[in-house]
Amino acid sequence: MENLIEINNLTFSRSGRVIYDDISLQIKKGKTTAIMGPSGIGKTTMLRLMGGQLLPDKGDIKFKGESIPSMRRSRLFEVRRQMSMLFQSGALFTDMSVFDNIAFPLREHTKLSESIIHTVVMLKLQAVGLRGAAGLMPAELSGGMARRAALARAIALDPELIMYDEPFAGQDPISMGVLVKLIKALNDALQLTSVVVTHDVSEVLTIADYIYILAEQRVIGSGTPEQIKNSDSPLVQQFLQGQADGPVPFHYPASSIAKAFLGSAS
Amino acid sequence: MNFLINLGASTLNRLEMFGRATFMLFGAIIAKPQPLKMIPLIIKQIHIVGVQSLLIIVISGLFIGMVMALQGYTILVDYGAEGSLGPMVALSLLRELGPVVTALLFAGRAGSALTAEIGLMKATEQLSSLEMMAVDPLRRVIAPRLWAGIISMPMLALIFSAVGILGGHLVGVDWLGVDSGSYWSIMQSTVDWNKDVLNGVIKTIVFAFVITWIATFKGYDSIPTSEGISKATTETVVFSSLAVLGLDFILTALMFGIE
Repeated sequence: MENLIEINNLTFSRSGRVIYDDISLQIKKGKTTAIMGPSGIGKTTMLRLMGGQLLPDKGDIKFKGESIPSMRRSRLFEVRRQMSMLFQSGALFTDMSVFDNIAFPLREHTKLSESIIHTVVMLKLQAVGLRGAAGLMPAELSGGMARRAALARAIALDPELIMYDEPFAGQDPISMGVLVKLIKALNDALQLTSVVVTHDVSEVLTIADYIYILAEQRVIGSGTPEQIKNSDSPLVQQFLQGQADGPVPFHYPASSIAKAFLGSAS
Repeated sequence: MNFLINLGASTLNRLEMFGRATFMLFGAIIAKPQPLKMIPLIIKQIHIVGVQSLLIIVISGLFIGMVMALQGYTILVDYGAEGSLGPMVALSLLRELGPVVTALLFAGRAGSALTAEIGLMKATEQLSSLEMMAVDPLRRVIAPRLWAGIISMPMLALIFSAVGILGGHLVGVDWLGVDSGSYWSIMQSTVDWNKDVLNGVIKTIVFAFVITWIATFKGYDSIPTSEGISKATTETVVFSSLAVLGLDFILTALMFGIE
């Protein structure tokens, strides 16, 4: 199957700290790929690298065979029209109503008449169950509703790729269930390619076709949900089962407790 | 030795910041013109930074004009020159106080709001989401705010000076009894359109450009945390005020210093 995104031997560091060290991964077209890993491992950074918002130190990121880091800004903006991103906070424009937020990319990038824009926006809002909330301002939405409205905006231009940044973080069980259902339904109905960055294990195992687990600046495990569940890597198992201690230690590196407390006496 | 190292590092940081600010400025204003999209955005921003600053400008202008007339009268009356109150108030306002006080008020009222707004847009990922929607935030967010500041502030400064002259009239003529005819006629014959009014407007345009540049850059470059935005907002007011006072001296020296 064709790869929509190919990441080859990517190295990326920020403020002197290495985030990724020579990692490679592929995002298959039409599939949902999950990128998982402990907090602070740089999962969101991966999405920003894919979207060309950050540049790698070494290695390449290809979108449909075209290198994103070496694109000119104008070409990058053209390519971004084929991709979309659902931000963790939703990132709705706070000075616009829900309707105007979803109409925004259509007004910016198309010459559709206002009546057609109205129809498209209402259809997108219907798809996420928020047609009745079109006139509300973002401040009037709950966290789950804001994320659904942002999802409607993300699919407004019918992108080929949609990147979800921690879509389930901070959601109550009902909102989480709604988002899982929506991501799966949209992927199937619109033939999208999805990249879901998350650390919510149970949700992602139900929707992902392929999973990468990142830790220690590299890919520590990859495969279908079944392969990941049966992985014999202790690090992968610690992550999946949420064990407090293991290859990722409970304690932040420190000198020994005896030395710390009794050092002056001994 | 440490002092020299710190001085060097600090200078390099400032130069780097100036470079980033210049990049932002060029990215925002050197763009393919899209008047149909840009004009409504500029008008909206003129409303926010200009119209909403009117009240503070009018009230400040009125009081400053009144205080100047009061102070001026007490000095001029000793020499029997209270008839020159009109030009004294008008020239002080048009040449100096109008542009400078408006700029300081504008930096505090509109500049800080611009920085906080853009900083919060950054913190809530709105700028990133614009980029990912293939919309350049420099052209969509920064450019309209820059133009709105540059267009609004000269108008605010002229309103400030006009209201100040009326405030001077209120105190000098209506209260202290200076002759109304001499207040206006000596002002008319003394104030020169090019030398006084136009130079004042040029000063204001320069101040407006510097304040909005600093305010938008500080927001755009802020660390996206509550502490970072608070620091950026404070820096906007401090840097803008100092820049305005420094530039005012240079511009005054160039415009009025050498005859």
